[in-house]
Amino acid sequence: MTEMRMRDAIREAMREEMLRDERVFLMGEDIGAYGGSYACTRGLLDEFGPERVRDTPISESGIVGAGVGAALAGFIPMVEIMTINFSLVALDQIVNNASKLHYMSGGQVNVPLVLRMASGGGSQLGATHSHSLEGMFAHFPGLTVVCPAFPGDAKGLLKRSFREPNPVVFIEHTALYGARGEVPDDPDHLVEFGQAATVRSGKDVTLVGYSGSVHQCYRAADMLVAEHGLTADVIDLRTIRPLDMSSVIRSVRRTNRAVVVEDDWKFGGFAGEIAAQIMERAFDWLDAPVARVAGKDVPMPYNRNLEYAALPSEEDVVEAVLAML
Amino acid sequence: MSVGQAIPTMVGEPPDGDLQQRFLYEMLLIRRFEEKCAEMYTRGKIRGFLHLYTGEEACAVGAINALRADDKIVTHYRDHGHALARGVEPNRIMAELFARVGGTNQGRGGSMHIFDVDRNFLGGYAIVAGHMPIAAGLGLAANLSGEDWAALCIFGDGGVGEGEFHEALNLAAIWKLPVVWFCENNGYGMGVPFDDSLANDVYKIAASYQMPSVRIDGMDVLEVYSATQLALAHVREGNGPYFIEALTYRYRGHSMADPELYRTKAEVEEYRQRDAIERLKRSMIADGLMDEASYEALVAQVDAEVDEAVAYADASPEPGLHTLYDHITKEYEGESG
Repeated sequence: MTEMRMRDAIREAMREEMLRDERVFLMGEDIGAYGGSYACTRGLLDEFGPERVRDTPISESGIVGAGVGAALAGFIPMVEIMTINFSLVALDQIVNNASKLHYMSGGQVNVPLVLRMASGGGSQLGATHSHSLEGMFAHFPGLTVVCPAFPGDAKGLLKRSFREPNPVVFIEHTALYGARGEVPDDPDHLVEFGQAATVRSGKDVTLVGYSGSVHQCYRAADMLVAEHGLTADVIDLRTIRPLDMSSVIRSVRRTNRAVVVEDDWKFGGFAGEIAAQIMERAFDWLDAPVARVAGKDVPMPYNRNLEYAALPSEEDVVEAVLAML
Repeated sequence: MSVGQAIPTMVGEPPDGDLQQRFLYEMLLIRRFEEKCAEMYTRGKIRGFLHLYTGEEACAVGAINALRADDKIVTHYRDHGHALARGVEPNRIMAELFARVGGTNQGRGGSMHIFDVDRNFLGGYAIVAGHMPIAAGLGLAANLSGEDWAALCIFGDGGVGEGEFHEALNLAAIWKLPVVWFCENNGYGMGVPFDDSLANDVYKIAASYQMPSVRIDGMDVLEVYSATQLALAHVREGNGPYFIEALTYRYRGHSMADPELYRTKAEVEEYRQRDAIERLKRSMIADGLMDEASYEALVAQVDAEVDEAVAYADASPEPGLHTLYDHITKEYEGESG
């Protein structure tokens, strides 16, 4: 194990996979000399050269589509979309092409494409640069959606993504790039998709999160113990498609209460999917309706106080738990 | 940088009698296949959207015959003609249109999404210009692999107004990708004439991306063939992409749902006078390469093939409901790719 920051774990995963498989190459806006907007590709241009670490024009649809094409021809491209906000102009390629070609072609072709993108608000970047669209991507059959919360998982999941014969949307929370954690040194360490991690165990409530919201759950669990004598299971989904609902259901049948936490808007959000599945599979075990703690239904405001109010916090999670007792 | 309307210089020998015979056969096959599709649509055998290619046959046959087997094709949703020209069996295409298991895509794709990976026919795409970045990616793969195969990207004049057209041409130009961009300009983006949609001629817009760009007669199969040969030679030599605008015309509406309120019957008739099949037939007869009797025999052969395709499609079973979830994703076997 080595302690490293999230961005370094992500870089190490890409580096190891490029060394392992020469079909892997990277392209994206400013991933070369600039080293990536969030420094995830820093140094890789020097190590692998401009053919395999390719700067692109600001053409998100063009470069994602080019990734699809290169994948169809036997390569394993990673396309970095600088932030998830810009994925919106590449949705045609992601949704109409990458996610559907295997099915539509009757299994003749497949698209081993990794799309990395930075997500989340909290940095006063305003309404167009603060999206959390994980749930939107999870909506589409054919896509795998990975949302790591810790550096070790980020490395194992990203390496696993490069082995996947289908398109993977790999979403990194901007607030976590500097977060430190233990990362396995073994270059064969992979984290399998569709396996949630119980990062904390308790008996009074199940807190479910992914990506940044796992940390809110974790802090809320600390507060619940310290201030209210309550213990919580904290479940980190790690991938939201495929979704490990079994781990959530097992926990809820034990704790009888659940709070789902996400940065995304509450209305039509992914937390609603989790809540619905809990209802379908654990209704008789519930002592209270499943609660959702999520972003407020507003375009993200620039003002710091307003932005803080728009995003879910650990205090909101604690409040939701107390309200269901 | 050559930009213009001049007929490109012929590369190698002009098509000999056998090759011309093949062009005629393939154009006829497409024509009769498409007419049969219209009939089958009317009879309810084919559902969904159906965009027919009659009138444009010279584009598919001329361009695709210039390719090697290892070159890759992506095209738009009016794709039956391209698949036929690539040698995809009429039986399997018709079965796909009938949504049967024996179809190219096992009935999962439909008219707009014919795939045949064994022939490097990597699909019909139904979002206008959505396949153009994919073509750039194919070209990138060719360059990264160090091989000299090329990508042929066929699209319509309607695609030129899409952002993906511009993004894809720009990528191909800056990275010198071996892509032949082949615009089938049939005069209309659905029902809107292209000169009401675009600020400049298509081949001039393409030329601004610093690639050779020519406008050719897309209803002359010999011209299409030689222009595409020239383009392929250019891209294979590492010179970057090449753009062809082929002027053509579709005889039928945009799709079977089109009432054709935007054009006159006289206009359609005018283009029918320039019909690519008739032109090749006349010149072959004049050159002593065929006579009326052998032409009629060819038509009969093609009709028999098309009838056989309908019979094959009709006999092929519908996919079982238990296959609904098949092929959403390829199974992970611990191996990548």
